[in-house]
This record gives sequence, structure tokens and C-alpha cells, in this order.
Amino acid sequence: MEILMVLGLPLLGAALLAVFGARRFAAELNAGMSLATLIAASFLVLRVIRHGPLLAGHEQFFVDPFNVFLVALTAFVGFTTALFSRPYMRIEEHHGRLNPRRLRLYHSMYQLFMAAMLLALLTNNMGLLWVAMEAATLSTVLLVSLYRTRASLEAAWKYFILCGVGIAQALFGTILLYFAAEKALGREGMTALLWTHLNAVKGQLEPRVLGLAFVFLLVGYGTKVGLAPLHNWLPDAHAEGPTPVSAVLSGLLLNVALYAVIRCKVLVEGSIGHVLPGRMLMTFGLLSAVLGAFFIWRQRDIKRLFGYSSIEHMGIITFAFGLGGPVANFAALLHMTVHSLTKSSIFFTAGHASQTAGTQQMDGIRGLVGISPTIGWGLMLGSLSILGMPPFGVFASEFLILTTAMREHPWTTPFLLIALGVAFAGIFSRVQPMVFGESDAPPLPHSPALLPVFVHLGMVLLLGVYMPAALAEWYRAAARLIG
Amino acid sequence: MHHSELIAQLLKVLAAGLLLISFAMLASRRTQQLITLFAWQGAMLFVSTCLVAYSSGLTEMYYSAGLTLLLKVIALPWILHRLIHRLGAQWDSEQLVNVPTTMMAGLALVIFAFGLAQPITSMATTITRHTLGIALAVILLAFLMMITRRKAVTQVIGFLAMENGLFFAATSATYGMPMVIELGIALDLLVGVFILGIFFFQIREQFDSLDLSNLESLKED
Repeated sequence: MEILMVLGLPLLGAALLAVFGARRFAAELNAGMSLATLIAASFLVLRVIRHGPLLAGHEQFFVDPFNVFLVALTAFVGFTTALFSRPYMRIEEHHGRLNPRRLRLYHSMYQLFMAAMLLALLTNNMGLLWVAMEAATLSTVLLVSLYRTRASLEAAWKYFILCGVGIAQALFGTILLYFAAEKALGREGMTALLWTHLNAVKGQLEPRVLGLAFVFLLVGYGTKVGLAPLHNWLPDAHAEGPTPVSAVLSGLLLNVALYAVIRCKVLVEGSIGHVLPGRMLMTFGLLSAVLGAFFIWRQRDIKRLFGYSSIEHMGIITFAFGLGGPVANFAALLHMTVHSLTKSSIFFTAGHASQTAGTQQMDGIRGLVGISPTIGWGLMLGSLSILGMPPFGVFASEFLILTTAMREHPWTTPFLLIALGVAFAGIFSRVQPMVFGESDAPPLPHSPALLPVFVHLGMVLLLGVYMPAALAEWYRAAARLIG
Repeated sequence: MHHSELIAQLLKVLAAGLLLISFAMLASRRTQQLITLFAWQGAMLFVSTCLVAYSSGLTEMYYSAGLTLLLKVIALPWILHRLIHRLGAQWDSEQLVNVPTTMMAGLALVIFAFGLAQPITSMATTITRHTLGIALAVILLAFLMMITRRKAVTQVIGFLAMENGLFFAATSATYGMPMVIELGIALDLLVGVFILGIFFFQIREQFDSLDLSNLESLKED
């Protein structure tokens, strides 16, 4: 029932906004539907806390500790982004970059995108997971090209083709998985692709087929995670799309894609052991972290800068999952949460910062604190948080990942330290002059909604200094599940 | 026995036809011709799925064959035809660079595909298992086409041809995916083509052409 609400509400929202999306109240309706989804998700979380994992709808949907926290996170960031987008999109309209028809498309697709991600998280069926991931790509292609500028069309085309090809690889991986599953489970209706069933018999799945399947699944879903060298679409899509879309792409979609990879990894490890999948994740992760960090130095556009930072962080998380074991998995899950919260709040402030300055080029953005202290300090605190300054939660998770790596694979620590150091210097040296310094830019025509920024950062801070016992237990259960 | 032997032979002929069409796509210059080839590829998939359904006695395969007929032989080619007609691009042709080299690369990909499919083929029990290598080759050739072409419509046809290959791989290895998932994939495909249709008009409006060499300004410097 709760699952039905969580999936149905954003779909209803998409239908309503397809009709009313051009009206004045569309932004409020969008936020309202997102709030309703968040409430439904909270009920789902309460139910799982009270009654444990649950299966529903002929076992087609399931909730366990691993996906329930991502469902909660997705619904939460979806809601706060909708709040942020209300004044943000009004300002864009005021600046003449958007018209009511495009806003209708934006609002409707936003809800559809939320529905697709929630479906990907909640489904127990590896085939439906694929369908939902593809739907998530399709619903955001037109969002990336919302401004219809040359650059945004190019970014959207790149996004579609690269992710389309990537996701085709994932489909082939899924076919191979089904092939192996059919041998172990028989061809009884739809059960052969159910994750819970596969998980129960993962020891009997043919290792050679699963090894091959994992390569395709990792490359396929990994493209959507933004893992190097498959990351090309990510900075463009982040820079050229409207800021709320950048925030949900970075904060949510990358997490959901990584979730798909990890679900596959659990199955594959049961069949071929930890070494090969673990090493593959570690290699891709380290490469993304290092490349992402070095590319940060070459950026001039503020949203591209933080796009590359997302590549770096997804790399670190993937690396941690590759390390495996309770501590590294715990840290990876924590990092997923804090990265999502911090990065979306950074995009909120970066979006308003570029609206204030009238450009996304960092050379043109100066003296934010003088124009609007909330935007300036929001960007500064968000950057400090994402760079792993204590006492923010990012520090805690990065510290755990680093110490585990030092203990188990000492050769990886120099790479990690280089990535973190280079990213730190790169981002800090860019953000500092943007926040402080002189500027004479006029204030924004609508007052920005920056409450989400500080709520997000407050939560990240809280996770850094004190983690509630229930939440820690939750992460631990999920970490055990991943193995 | 004799009967199923005949079907197996027919399936191999159809698979060879699919591969041939993939090569023809790689070498064809006209957009309209590409769409016709794509429709033929769909038709062959339809016939081979019907044959597999008949020989395996699985009724749900008839549904997926029907879906193939509706979507890949009728709907998608029709939509694409309408699209290029409205874009006025039906007589477009593109300069191909170095067809012989592309063909050689294609051949290498076919050999690679067969090598990759070998271990799986030896484990499968389906009547179509020997065609898995061809299915993989169709996927890789479509991929090659997407890399070597510069026109937006061509790339999309390459993308759809890749999906044909994936569908064929699913029938070869496992008699197709469960029905709900095939419906989901078909829906995604259809929506994808619609979105791209909108997208083509946006690209044309901005760049006055569907040539993707215009879309190369976002680069790292």
C-alpha cells in the first residue's frame, strides 16, 4: 500500500502537471506533490522500521535496509529541490530564458523522473530495474535541453546517446543474468529475475556467465554513475540543464545508478567470489576519483566544476564498495547520503550565484557575500563540507574509507590522497574569490528559497558529529546485506 | 525430428540475413534506405521469433513476435519516415569515410563476437543457441555504425538496430525475456523515439541541419 502511494503520487503529479504545468500555481503543485511523496515514503520507512523488510505485489516490489534509506533520501531531496526550484524557475522566467510551455514540460518531467527513480529503487525485478533506469534517462533528456540553446542541445544529445548505449550494455548484462537464472530457477513466469530469488540461489548461478554479465552491467549502469572513462556526458548535462535538474541528477540519479550496480554485485559475488567484482569497482572508482579531481582544475564554469566533483565523489563511493566488508560498505552508504545532501545544496547556491552574476563563468561571479550573505555563506559552507572538512559528515565517511583502504590495500592510499588533495585545492581556490571580494551586481527579482540549503548542510553536520543509533544500525544492516 | 531440423536451418538462414542487413546498414548512405533496412531487420526478427515460438511451443513468444511486428516493422519505421519527411531530410545522404576500413573493422567485430559468445553457447539449451554469436555481432555492428556516422537520424537508427540485436540475443539465449519486461522495453523504445523526434526539430531549429559535427563545441580545453 505504501509502496503504491510512493510510486503513484509522482505519477499522478506528472499527469496533473502535464495539464496544469503552465499555470501560476504549477511550482506550488510540484512542491506539494513532492511533499506528498515524501510523506508516503516516511510511512514506508516507519513500516519497515516496525515490521522489518517487506515484499509486495506478487514479490515484484521489495524494501530492505539497503533501498529504504535511498527511497527516503530520494523523496526528501526531491521535495527540497522542488522547494528550491519554485523561486529559481520564476527568476529564470523573469530573465526570459523560459516560457510557461517549457515550465509545463519541466514540472511534468520532474515528477516523472522522481517516479522512475523510485521505481528503480523499489522493484525486486532486475528487468524492471533496467526499464526504470532507461525511463529515468528519457525523462531527463528534454530537461537538459530545456533552454534550447546550442550548448544545451548538444549536452542533451550526448547524454542521450552515451547513456543509451551504456544502458544497452546493461540490458545485455541483464539478459545474461536471466540466462544464468533460468538454469537455476527454471522458467516459471516472472520469478527468475526477482532479486530476492536470485539472491537465495546465487551460489548455484553459473560463474562464467555471471562474470561476463557483471562486466556488461558495470559498464552499462556505470555510465550513468559517471564513472571514468564513461563520464563524458555528466559535466555537460550538469552545466547546461537548469539547476534543479543538475541538483537531482547529481544528488539522486547517480546514487540510483550506483544502487543498481551494487545490487548486481551482491549477486555476482555470491557466484564468483569477491575478488574480481571488488577489484573492478576499485579500479573504476580510483580512476574516476583521480581523473575527476584533476579535471576540476581546468573548469571555468561553476556547474561543470561541481559536476566533476560529483565524478570524483562517485568514484570514492564506488571504490569503497569495491573494498567491501562492513566498515567500507558502511562508509560508502554514509558517503552516498552526505554527498547527495551536500551536492544538491551546492547546486542550489551555485544556481542562484550564477543568476545573480548573470553568468555561470566563475570569473564573472564575485563578492557573493556582499550581495546576499545566505547565498555566499551557503556556497562556502557547502564547499567546505564537500571537501571533507570536519565536523561535516563527509569527513567521517572519507576518513573511514581512507583508513580501511590503508589497512587492506595500502597501495591505493596515495591515489586517494592525491584525489582528495587536488580536489580540495582546486575547489577552494575557485570558491574563495567567488564568495568574498567586491561586486556591484543587483539583487535577484524574487527572493531565493535557501532554507533547503541550510537544512541539508545541517543534516550533514549532524551526521558528522552525532549519528543517531537507529540510523547507524540501519546503515550497518544495509552494509551486512551488501557483504 | 526432421521438422525441427528444418526449423533450425531456417533460423540460421534468418540469422545470417540479420547479419547481412547489419553490414548493409554500415555501408548505406541514404537515410531512407537505412529506415527500409531497419524495417527488414525487424521483419526477420519477427519471422525468427515466430519460428522459435512454434518449435518451443511457448505462447508468450507469439506475443513478443507480435510486439516486434507492430513496433519494429510498422510503428518505428513509419514514425521515422514521417519524421524525415517533415524535416525534409528524406533525400539526405552522407559522405561515408573509408567504407573498406569500416567493413574490415566490422569483420573483426564479428569474429570477436563469436569468441565472446562461445562459452555461453556451449551452455545454452535453446534451439537458437548457435545464433547468439550473430546477435552479439549485430549489437557490435550497430555500435560501430553509431561511432562512424555523423547524422543524428543515422545514430538513432544505429541505436534501434542495437536494440534489435539485444532482442535477438534474448531469444537466442533464453527464448526471450519475461513478457512484462519486454513490454517495458518496447515502451521505453517508443517513448525514446518520440522524444528524439521532438529533439530533431530542436536541433534543426538551432543549427539548420541534422549534422552532428555542429554539436562539438562542448569540449574540455
